[in-house]
Amino acid sequence: MLPNRHGKFGPFGGRFVPETLMPALYELEEAYRRLRKDPDFRRELAWYLREYAGRPTPLYPARRLSEALGGHLKIYLKREDLLHTGAHKINNTLGQVLLARRMGKRRIIAETGAGQHGVATATAAALLGLECVVYMGAKDTVRQAMNVFRMELLGARVVPVTSGTQTLKDAINEAIRDWVTNVETTFYVIGSVVGPHPYPMMVRDFQSVIGRETRRQILRLEGRLPDMVIACVGGGSNAMGIFYPFVRDQEVKLVGVEAAGVGLDSVRHSATLTVGEPGVLHGMMTYLLQDRVGQIKGAHSIAPGLDYPGVGPEHAFLKECGRAEYVAVDDEEALSAFRLLSETEGIIPALESAHAVAYLARIADRLPKGAIVVVNLSGRGDKDVAAVKEYLSGREKR
Amino acid sequence: MTGAERVRAAIEARNREGRAALIPYFCAWDPDLETTRALLWAAAEAGASVVELGFPFSDPLADGPTIQAATQRALRHRPTLEDFLEFVFRLYAEGYPLPVVVMGYYNPFFRFGIKRFAREARKAGLCGAIIPDLPLEEARPWLTEARKQGLAGILLAAPTTPEARLKRIAEASTGFLYYVSVTGITGARDRLPEDLVLRLDLCREVSPVPVAVGFGISTPEQVRLLAPHAEALVVGSALVRIVESEGKRAPERVKRVLSELVSAAERK
Repeated sequence: MLPNRHGKFGPFGGRFVPETLMPALYELEEAYRRLRKDPDFRRELAWYLREYAGRPTPLYPARRLSEALGGHLKIYLKREDLLHTGAHKINNTLGQVLLARRMGKRRIIAETGAGQHGVATATAAALLGLECVVYMGAKDTVRQAMNVFRMELLGARVVPVTSGTQTLKDAINEAIRDWVTNVETTFYVIGSVVGPHPYPMMVRDFQSVIGRETRRQILRLEGRLPDMVIACVGGGSNAMGIFYPFVRDQEVKLVGVEAAGVGLDSVRHSATLTVGEPGVLHGMMTYLLQDRVGQIKGAHSIAPGLDYPGVGPEHAFLKECGRAEYVAVDDEEALSAFRLLSETEGIIPALESAHAVAYLARIADRLPKGAIVVVNLSGRGDKDVAAVKEYLSGREKR
Repeated sequence: MTGAERVRAAIEARNREGRAALIPYFCAWDPDLETTRALLWAAAEAGASVVELGFPFSDPLADGPTIQAATQRALRHRPTLEDFLEFVFRLYAEGYPLPVVVMGYYNPFFRFGIKRFAREARKAGLCGAIIPDLPLEEARPWLTEARKQGLAGILLAAPTTPEARLKRIAEASTGFLYYVSVTGITGARDRLPEDLVLRLDLCREVSPVPVAVGFGISTPEQVRLLAPHAEALVVGSALVRIVESEGKRAPERVKRVLSELVSAAERK
């Protein structure tokens, strides 16, 4: 069972945080280990996931997409885009905020990059009547002004972070600083399978509902497991969620798709596992985008949710032991897939999820006839249409 | 004498005079290395006992706005650990009298290689390291390398640390134990926690090494209050603020302010 009791996945993970937080991490781990077996807590979470968030989500056979990619594959889309708030993030925030309430914490904090996790946290906090503060890079608050407004509508306070690169990594730093200061009263809801133990384990468990449903659904629909599961990877929570229930099924190939941004040979990408190197950031040992000295580099992707210079430690482990493969897709390929899925299936995917579709489009020709492929459609693209429009008109001008 | 012994001896020598030792913090390269050098000499002239020299990191998550800003200024010079150790080496070649320990986040050391860092640090004359994102559970590999080279592996304890854990941390720490006065990040504060003195007394009861208290200490009043309850006091943001406002001209005022704090550190 991974992680081990120190929160390690092989050499990755751990708890690289200031001492002030260590007792809080132990408290959280203990509460989580107790509650995850508690029938009452499980029933409560399952109820909210079903009645409020809209689970289970369909596993949809994408016939027109299959045709467009040669007609020889059985492609299924796991429709996390249909969940309340438009992405898989709500699976985790409902779990963590329910946990916070059980632990008697009245104040919720979160970081957000594009704003999706911030919105999902603000949503869960509003639902359960808890105070919510969301840290967001100042640059991101400008780029994603609509999500700032959504969070405020939901009753959250959004704090722009002006330090460092003013993006997601700095928002995490600031959330950790808040947590160090208010640790007695505050629960930090981390948005991905990152951070110090027990977060990578806990977020994975909350997101594993995606993979458990997928497994059940594909067995019912096809009578066998898929040949391949593809998901995009920023921090890696949607990918970990769909991978985890298949990890022991060696015949199922697991593929994580990172953002190559404007290209892997540029400095503007987020392909942490593909070209990063091991290091320590945000409480974990994992792959990072960093310079020779160990200073953390900025990340870039057209998909704001992939824009992170680190990655979940369990992904680092799955890469090292060869159980999952990690590849990278650039902005242009992701945009083509964004259009392809919109036109063939009437589904506008999140730009993040479009990376997973794009990788499938790239390799479809090489897959054997009759292969079953599941793509995790982690979110819907409404949030991205304005940015895509702007990008495309900018390209025409060039 | 090893680095760890030098640190401890410097604190204890000051304690024998009936005073708590002062440990100023500066961020190397803020605003440039020449000023850092002058600040270190000013600290020695002001009567400091040990110096904590920060190696800047892009993501200083235990630091408040003052040290974050210092870090940003320093990073413009694109510092490397090789350059840092070279600087320390030259400082000692000039006859610098105080033991210097580095304060820095783990990733640059990890990237450099902790075994290699410990070896090179000893050669340069550096006396130890404080790594705020390396708690006891993760510190073993570093502490082992530090011990081999005689460096001080200084661990931190916090207001949230339970007593049994505090004892384990103190026993694993060499040079001194760094007690974080407040639940929070670095930065000068008007008020310190009411039970701080009690917590410090507890630290000193369980700790086989001297206890230094830091975070939030900036005024002679605070120093006077805490000096009887700790072997050493760390002052960081209050001095870094002077560097922020006066830049290259900071050493003179730093010396004056630090001298006042040194004279306030009577333990009787």
